[in-house]
Amino acid sequence: MAAAVQRLRTNVLATPTASLVNLVGILLVVVALLATVQRVYQGGATYFFETVGFGLAEGAIFALVALGYTMVYGIIELINFAHGDVFTLGAFFSAALMGTFGLDEGKSSGAEIILPLLGLFLVTMLFCALVNITIERVAYRPLRNAPRLAPLITAIGMSSLLEGVMFLWKGPFNLHYPNLLPSQQIPLGGDVTISAKAVFVIVAAVILMIALTLFINRSKLGKAMRATAQDRDAAQLMGININRTIAATFFIGAALAGAGGIIYGLYYNSYAAFDGFQYGLYAFTAAVFGGIGNIPGAAIGGFVIGLVFAISDGYFVAAWTIPLVFGILIFVLVFRPTGLLGMRVPEK
Amino acid sequence: MSRLRGFIRSNARNPNAIAYALMLVAALFYPAIVQFANGGNGDYLVGLAADGGVYVLMAIGLNVVVGFAGLLDLGYAAFFAIGSYTYAEVASYHLGVTPIGHALHVPFWLALFVGMFIAAVAGALLGAPTLRLRGDYLAIVTLGFGEIVPIVFRNGGIWTGGVPGISALDQPTLPGWIQGPWIGQALAWVPDFRLNSGNLTAYYVLMMVLIALSVVIVHNLYNSRLGRAWMAVREDETAAAASGVNTVSIKLLAFSIGAATSGFAGAFYGAKLSYVSSENFGFTVSVTVLAMVVLGGMGNIPGAMLGGFVLYFILYWLLPNAPQQVESLTTAVGLGSLNAATPGGWPGIATEVANSKFLIFGLILVGIMLLRPQGLLPSQVRKQELTHSAHEAVAAPRQLQ
Amino acid sequence: MAPILRLEGVTKRFGGLVAVDNVSFEVQPGEVFALIGPNGAGKTTLFNCITGIYKPSLGKVTFQDRDLTGSLPHRTAKAGIARTFQNIRLFEYMSALDNVRLGHHCRMHAKLWDSLFKTPLETREERQVIEHSMELLKLVELDNVADSYARNLAYGQQRRLEIARALATDPKLLLLDEPAAGFTPQEKVELMELVQVILDRGITVFLIEHDMRVVMQASKRIVVLDHGEKIAEGTPAEVRNNQRVIEAYLGKSA
Repeated sequence: MAAAVQRLRTNVLATPTASLVNLVGILLVVVALLATVQRVYQGGATYFFETVGFGLAEGAIFALVALGYTMVYGIIELINFAHGDVFTLGAFFSAALMGTFGLDEGKSSGAEIILPLLGLFLVTMLFCALVNITIERVAYRPLRNAPRLAPLITAIGMSSLLEGVMFLWKGPFNLHYPNLLPSQQIPLGGDVTISAKAVFVIVAAVILMIALTLFINRSKLGKAMRATAQDRDAAQLMGININRTIAATFFIGAALAGAGGIIYGLYYNSYAAFDGFQYGLYAFTAAVFGGIGNIPGAAIGGFVIGLVFAISDGYFVAAWTIPLVFGILIFVLVFRPTGLLGMRVPEK
Repeated sequence: MSRLRGFIRSNARNPNAIAYALMLVAALFYPAIVQFANGGNGDYLVGLAADGGVYVLMAIGLNVVVGFAGLLDLGYAAFFAIGSYTYAEVASYHLGVTPIGHALHVPFWLALFVGMFIAAVAGALLGAPTLRLRGDYLAIVTLGFGEIVPIVFRNGGIWTGGVPGISALDQPTLPGWIQGPWIGQALAWVPDFRLNSGNLTAYYVLMMVLIALSVVIVHNLYNSRLGRAWMAVREDETAAAASGVNTVSIKLLAFSIGAATSGFAGAFYGAKLSYVSSENFGFTVSVTVLAMVVLGGMGNIPGAMLGGFVLYFILYWLLPNAPQQVESLTTAVGLGSLNAATPGGWPGIATEVANSKFLIFGLILVGIMLLRPQGLLPSQVRKQELTHSAHEAVAAPRQLQ
Repeated sequence: MAPILRLEGVTKRFGGLVAVDNVSFEVQPGEVFALIGPNGAGKTTLFNCITGIYKPSLGKVTFQDRDLTGSLPHRTAKAGIARTFQNIRLFEYMSALDNVRLGHHCRMHAKLWDSLFKTPLETREERQVIEHSMELLKLVELDNVADSYARNLAYGQQRRLEIARALATDPKLLLLDEPAAGFTPQEKVELMELVQVILDRGITVFLIEHDMRVVMQASKRIVVLDHGEKIAEGTPAEVRNNQRVIEAYLGKSA
């Protein structure tokens, strides 16, 4: 009897702060949801679905970038700050290559652009992947056993370097990305429509994510990646070539980011040298939200953050959207670092 | 006298002591040399050094956070902003415009400390829940904070001057100042001394004094039980905790001191510029200061200072002036064709050089970490840590360096 | 006499794994108390529960009549429990002297103000700490290498340095986690002499050790752990002949 009471006492008193924080967090979310619902009701159905469509499209791009972050973090516990800039590089590179593939804004955007567009995707994804594995080889691998601070600083440096290159290439201002997608609105019933562009973005992103999931779960390399992420030493003892596995992770992550860059450009018709870093941070927020190191988590997180952006911009004050998103980042890291689906528990 | 001789002899081979001595001499003679070299028109360069001093102060402060305690703070500019805006609020007419309706005109030197204090409080508030996170998460959290703060100031409407910011701050006044032959006047005490853009030498001298004071204070910290505790926590947190160090409060102290320094520098910056705006406090500032600390030598006070001066002059003197120099250089070596902009998109070498700031940052940060992680002027300890050359060292420097 | 350390029902679970299961015992002041058991028995985990690196899932840890259950490590150190680590955790890039100086941290009184402005209090205290640290180094016979990097010391010297650092925290109870691991017989003898010196200073010693000869000779009482459970407790003679203990080490006979 006494032991049971003792046990109860220990458990109840064990986490007063944790449960209070959870309560506060839930309360905040509930209040936010209520406020949102109220405004949605006022705004009407058309506006709502427009916003959701936009949020999902934006979220899809976030998800693509977030996947790269989460995979790299899962395998070597490094926040690759340069990842967002590789994403922008995808936009830069593909924009420069438009002519080579015969893609032009002036021409029609019918089915005949599908093949050249596919070609553009493949080449850009390859390019970004190669850039990223070079970065890994040059800047991160030598520091794999260095004190924690070192590769983080190098990552920041790499980010700056990439931005510097793009800055020198095309300057800091917004550039126009060719508008190749059909611009109709697709009706979904009633007054509700969704832009064809958004559909394209979501479908393309989902296809890529499915491809990634299949690869991770079915292929030998994917298994190696999962094993290395769980326990690097054991994986090595099992004969897995760690360097190659890590390089492969960087390769795939950047390929997704590069594709994301093209999709971003096609959707927003604009890109700029310094976009990527901040965008990358939002994507990182998504990855953390979903659970850093957790691949489905990154995808879900991407869509959630995209919706947060859209709803905040659309129904509340746009000037506070960015602080809100970063606030979510800080909140999650401090109070629920495992994120939604959590895989890695950051031990101290 | 013999004590002095003994002091000099024991420090003669200490690279840090030499660095301090050189910096002291350089600081003393800089205004005179610069004025002489420019035929009396060296004011701009003197003012530039005073502005550079702001960054050097920040580098000294960030060095405490990153170098001593090993905490990567990527949002250092946030505290800079907080210090500046605090100064702007309390030492101007601004509060009269806000719903409070009553302007404060806190004297300059006091307002500096108010800015410092508020920044320190902000540092403590941010640090309290976040410093127990592991290093990379802390880095991201500070980055997020660094992004949020300027936006909050920009969105602050009437309270923070909104997008245009706050201008026409009170003219900095000191209760007294010494003027002398170094600016061509008789030696005298000037009461109620006003600092203005006409007298940049006064700003310069004030900044050098502030830097000297902060060096002494931070040096004292390094040699105290705090400095030891920081080093221990950086090396092995579990062992430090088991040996009685409250690791969370130690880290919080480092973080707050860093924030305080940044806030102080920010207040000075705002006062000199007589203007604050959220535009000036972005991530670039945080990265610049980090690059300074890394370049100069993380964990070493004179190293951080050196990194500060060197990088500041590269960014604010060399790069802006380089385009012309580079153009003459290329012409001289027969590559003059690079100078002109081509229709193919090459903007001309002058523009390229002027735009290479970020590339240079990147190269410095990556290059240093890969080639010389201990920086230009490393502390003995850091050099051992980062290059694993401890087996060559005979004796560890006793913590008094 | 009141026990200096009392464990009541201490249990530590990691998910489904029970590393320490309902362990209770008392340590009397002034004795050498030993904790033995086969590898993986949960001995270091138990130490971690006492010193606060782990928070016990259940149970209570009382030190000198103070409930220290789940206190943070620096608090247990301040309360008077010091420890060494199985894998030696020194501050490698600090000198031997500075390692020991660090141990004084929780006993120093200089405040932030004193440190910032190098007040007379600060200077005086630092001087005292240096003196006391040198004394401790002399105690463990490391005063001649006071300025060497901890990294450069020989294995035996490193173990002794860790003990000196632990002593610097002015403990009443010293936890030694396999202090004789890797020692030559001569070094083990010297270690036991050091333990006696520590006892003479009024510090209770609680050690985990694998070397049975050391344990049987040096300790007054022993507690035996196997698979996280306490299976025996008593004097060396009692434990040596305990059937369960023999089985735990040698395996059950067919």
